[in-house]
Amino acid sequence: MIPESFNYHCPATIEEAIALASDHGDEAKYMSGGHSLIPMMKLRFATPAHVIDISRLEGLSYIKEEDGLLKIGGLTTEADLEYSELLAKKYPILIDVAKLIADPSVRNKATLGGNLAHGDSANDQPAVMLALRATIVATGPEGTGQASIDDFFHGFYMTALGPQDILTEIQIPVAGKGTGSAYHKIERKAGDYAASGVAVNLQIDGSGTCKEIGIGLTNVNPVPLRAQRSEDHLKGKKLTGDLILEAAKMAAEDCSPSADLRGSEAYKRSITRELTVRMINKALERAKANL
Amino acid sequence: MKKQITITINGEAFTREVESRLLLVHFIRDELGLTGTHIGCDTSNCGACTILIDGMSVKSCTTFAVQADGCEITTIEGVAQNGQFHALQEGFKEEHGLQCGFCTPGMIMRSIDMLNKNTNPTEEEIRWGISGNLCRCTGYVNIVKAIQYAAKKMAEPQETAEA
Repeated sequence: MIPESFNYHCPATIEEAIALASDHGDEAKYMSGGHSLIPMMKLRFATPAHVIDISRLEGLSYIKEEDGLLKIGGLTTEADLEYSELLAKKYPILIDVAKLIADPSVRNKATLGGNLAHGDSANDQPAVMLALRATIVATGPEGTGQASIDDFFHGFYMTALGPQDILTEIQIPVAGKGTGSAYHKIERKAGDYAASGVAVNLQIDGSGTCKEIGIGLTNVNPVPLRAQRSEDHLKGKKLTGDLILEAAKMAAEDCSPSADLRGSEAYKRSITRELTVRMINKALERAKANL
Repeated sequence: MKKQITITINGEAFTREVESRLLLVHFIRDELGLTGTHIGCDTSNCGACTILIDGMSVKSCTTFAVQADGCEITTIEGVAQNGQFHALQEGFKEEHGLQCGFCTPGMIMRSIDMLNKNTNPTEEEIRWGISGNLCRCTGYVNIVKAIQYAAKKMAEPQETAEA
């Protein structure tokens, strides 16, 4: 499959990239790893006249804790996440998710920024970022701005990013004592999109009371979904088996999965409930080990 | 629409004028005649086109040649050194890791990256490690054995020239 012809640009600086995008308007598209865009171009679902390859911009690939935040550069690859010692120690959900995205060769190219900027609720990182209450930082023609992850996803392939904005950083509150997190998805085969996926990040105190909780759902809603009612049901309480099951049922009720090759609506609600139970328990187990 | 690129493949630098839309796998096979890199699904699912870009396994059907400008690429043709099989090639031979052989170059390129990152993988890690490479003969049992053979061989102390 051969894409339509296009002009390729490989700017060295972010200013140059934004200027190119501004010059070419609607005809331009940014590309980082290209593993969402190139398949779409090969199918001619996407036919940008100008592709602006931002993968060589300096200084946008890092994982660090600074000023009370975990900061991840937009061009950090999924493989960088998978092999990060810091994440393995303190943010296991990011290892869980990275290992489940596509396959190892794709993860060598695919970036976290690209995964989020693509705005596809079938992608795994959006739910994880909802659970982690991330903030998205982007630079565009008007300068640098940020958005809460709750305001970031607007619709199918639509985000808060303007066409000339480059997602430069993902910020996540530093994981404190008693924090635990987990992600899993049900897939038909390794590397498939999720039939359903559930991300949980929570914090407990010494008495086992849930101080904070974030729950994000993958591919069971037109836009990545926060299981708000489930979170509200658990926050401030001791997490018992009954309470967790009630919260999981709420998540299954509140999402809107569509029937497709990956299963019926009822099946997807059912596995959303079960995954929610399992991920809360797994996050809780990790939180207890971290008290 | 054309752009001049220089790519080093298996140690040799090639400069060509290419269309931006030329896929890297087509550059390797059609421009350079290195047909050991295969095209299977053409959709980044099967891994037959896997090569190394700067040491990392990448699916060359989902990469434009222009993206690899200035990079070092290794294909299956560059894996053997001085007429000696790479440990992975030897492993696939010794453990009957191939039947029709179509997936083999991709399997080997992927496994080189995997064993560079993890010198002693478990069977489960190997299976996840090749999860983006499909063998339609379904010969996975011997492919896993071939990779285990190579991991073991690569962990052995290397013979020095003096020895």
